[in-house]
Amino acid sequence: MDQLGLLLEGFSVALTPMNLLWLLIGAILGTAVGVLPGLGSAMAVALLLPVTFSLDPTGAFIMFASIYFGGLFGDSTSGILLNTPGNSSAIATTFEGHRMAKDGRASKALGTAAIGAFTGGMIATTLVVFFSPYLVKLATLFGPAEYFALAAFAFVAISAVVAESVVRGLIALAIGLSLAMVGIDGPSGAARFTLGMPEFLDGISIIVVTVGLLALGEVLHVASRIHREGPAMSIQASGSPYLSWREFTAAFPAFLRGTGYGLPFGAIPVGGSEVPTFLAYGTEKRLAKRRGDTDFGSRGAIQGVAGPEAAGNATAGTAMGALLALGLPTSATAAMMLAAFQQYGMQPGPLLFERSADLVWPLLASLFVGLVFLLIINLPFAAVWAKLLLVPKHYLYAGVAVFSVFGVYAIASSMKDLWLLLGIGVLGFVMRRFAIPLAPVLIAAILGPLAETELRRALAVSEGDLAILVSSPITASLYSVMAVAIVISAVQHVRHRRANAAAQAPISSSAL
Amino acid sequence: MKKAILTVAFAAVTAVFFVAATANASSSGGTATARSKLTLIAPAAPGGGWDGFARESQQAMRVNGVVNTARVVNVPGAGGTIGLNQLGQMDGREDVLMITGAVMLGAIELADTQTTLDDVTLIARVADDYNVLVVPADSPYETIEDFAAGWAADPGGHAIAGGSLGGIDHLLSGLLAQEIGFDPQQVNYVAYSGGGEVLTSVLSNTAAAGISGYNEFSDQIEAGTIRALGTSAAEPVDGIDVPTFIESGLDVEMSNWRGYVAPAGISDDTREELVAIVTEMHATADWEDAMTRNRWSDSFSTGAELDDFVAEETVRVAAIIKELGL
Repeated sequence: MDQLGLLLEGFSVALTPMNLLWLLIGAILGTAVGVLPGLGSAMAVALLLPVTFSLDPTGAFIMFASIYFGGLFGDSTSGILLNTPGNSSAIATTFEGHRMAKDGRASKALGTAAIGAFTGGMIATTLVVFFSPYLVKLATLFGPAEYFALAAFAFVAISAVVAESVVRGLIALAIGLSLAMVGIDGPSGAARFTLGMPEFLDGISIIVVTVGLLALGEVLHVASRIHREGPAMSIQASGSPYLSWREFTAAFPAFLRGTGYGLPFGAIPVGGSEVPTFLAYGTEKRLAKRRGDTDFGSRGAIQGVAGPEAAGNATAGTAMGALLALGLPTSATAAMMLAAFQQYGMQPGPLLFERSADLVWPLLASLFVGLVFLLIINLPFAAVWAKLLLVPKHYLYAGVAVFSVFGVYAIASSMKDLWLLLGIGVLGFVMRRFAIPLAPVLIAAILGPLAETELRRALAVSEGDLAILVSSPITASLYSVMAVAIVISAVQHVRHRRANAAAQAPISSSAL
Repeated sequence: MKKAILTVAFAAVTAVFFVAATANASSSGGTATARSKLTLIAPAAPGGGWDGFARESQQAMRVNGVVNTARVVNVPGAGGTIGLNQLGQMDGREDVLMITGAVMLGAIELADTQTTLDDVTLIARVADDYNVLVVPADSPYETIEDFAAGWAADPGGHAIAGGSLGGIDHLLSGLLAQEIGFDPQQVNYVAYSGGGEVLTSVLSNTAAAGISGYNEFSDQIEAGTIRALGTSAAEPVDGIDVPTFIESGLDVEMSNWRGYVAPAGISDDTREELVAIVTEMHATADWEDAMTRNRWSDSFSTGAELDDFVAEETVRVAAIIKELGL
């Protein structure tokens, strides 16, 4: 195995003290920006770009890569503990993670998230090392019709999240779609819903929407109830982050399923890790229903944390592969790293592995080392993080509010973003008040523009011929899977109703 | 005890913010001269082309002592026109330079902004790079002549992938169509958000051809996964082994130029000073190194030459945008 030899050589470079130091700095920094709402690994890399100018490229990239992975480790922490995910990639983890925290299993949820992120990252990185040329092929198999099918598939697959109340779910979807529609429309150049203000031409950043809706909305929500619920909120900070064998066997398949979703998504440009994390969450929810697991959606199920978290980090692994071997940035952080490569006068692509082997292999080796570092940093610290919940609520949530505003202002130093943040925060508060689910807003804001743009691109290329949407084997199989899934869920729904009706009938007759 | 710790922590955090705030206040207040403290506005997000250009400039100026301190401020949005609007409100500020370039001309025309390059002071054009038209390796088209013939016969069936609408890739597709002899409005242009996506669009045979900066495709061209048919350079460029459109008989040239502008309402002396700063920066070894690394070509010009160039380009861009029906 040629790759193995090169990788071992890479390890010898990655394990030098200087590179280990960069790795450690990156891991800590990445975890930190991941935890803080609004700040993300993309921004950390962007801010560090000029600083690393005089650094040797290997050290710089090792640091960037570990920031990227670190961000994905850290983002779930604040989501689990405070219901305010540090980044959009942790939204899916937050649903079950925060429920577990409320149930007194905060450390456990954090531990599961760390192990999930580790597993997903490890498997993805291994695949990249040995199969990156094939992974890259995946990107070239996908045209706009395939992307559209994928977006439609994702919509259907995660409709489970929306299902509790159809009307409320649809309201939330509509809010998300309209937020996403603001700005210049790519395919036609027309400005939509900008109120004539040039500041809106670039649309509303998904970071502003996430932080406003989830972080600031939660702060307002907690603030509005602080004297009503008082200290009765029963979040306990105790508990071990390590999984028992039984928990591990429950979570392990979810780790693998999540990784399975994450892997292909890293190699194709569909907006980073949000889609696969939602898909993983939807799958776990369906499986829990089938198992009759009542923890899911109430006390919080370990699988609901394990799946999405593994999916998120698996995309980061294959995104590195797509970046190195194809020069294709599939996430915001990867785009920053692409800029960094250009700064050093290198162009990621098919020739990078030959031309800059002395950089690529140490970088890949450092991904493995970085994941181990991150697991070591995050697992024992889960219990420490969980102690954060001991901080009195008014301090804690004031801190969240401050960091949200900082994070959003740091994106573009724009006052408009802050007003938007406040507006969306109030919206999030109102939505919580009326029990309108928040997830569909974010799902719509992420998937909506994707579906729209790709559909229009596909039809532009085919000159309006709808056949393009179903003509390739990939689209055909995606739509067939989707059709089968819809039929099955419809049948289950009908059966469920009948079963319910049958169950209620004897009660009502006995009552008579 | 616990209370004491909290108080100390609170005091520490407050102190940090206080220091940061004073530092910020001192940097935003007062009048600095360009030589002592220069602000470079990159009207793009960190990591983009203009941002890279700004940071390379910053580095070359600072290391060689052209200015004492230089900082880069990112004002992203709408093809740079958000930044341009802000610069338009800085009349008389003597310590600010903003990056500008070909992309901004299209964006100004497209967004119909209040501020145009007429409302600011042109300082210099510094570096260019060129666009290239590529087809997939398995495409039937071997030369630009083949492609032109096929494209003209069926413009709708030949989707062209490129960057955002009104950007330089789009304008180039329109100019080519015009030169080949069909209505630019018939160009089936599919806009993507960056060179990477244009590349996958070409590799997946979604688009018949793609247009992007030469640097973004150069490795793929060398590796043989895509074939370059022509570049938009006016003259053959060293190190680019692809015929220019002009060499192939299509009279089309367009460069992705980058340069600096300053606010309006500055004195002639200040303008001279800013031109001198840029000229000195341009002469440094660090800048030369930056040009090699980024594969930019030198196009340094200032003064009347620059004014004429921008005036001509503005008219040309406006005309082609109209032709494209935007």
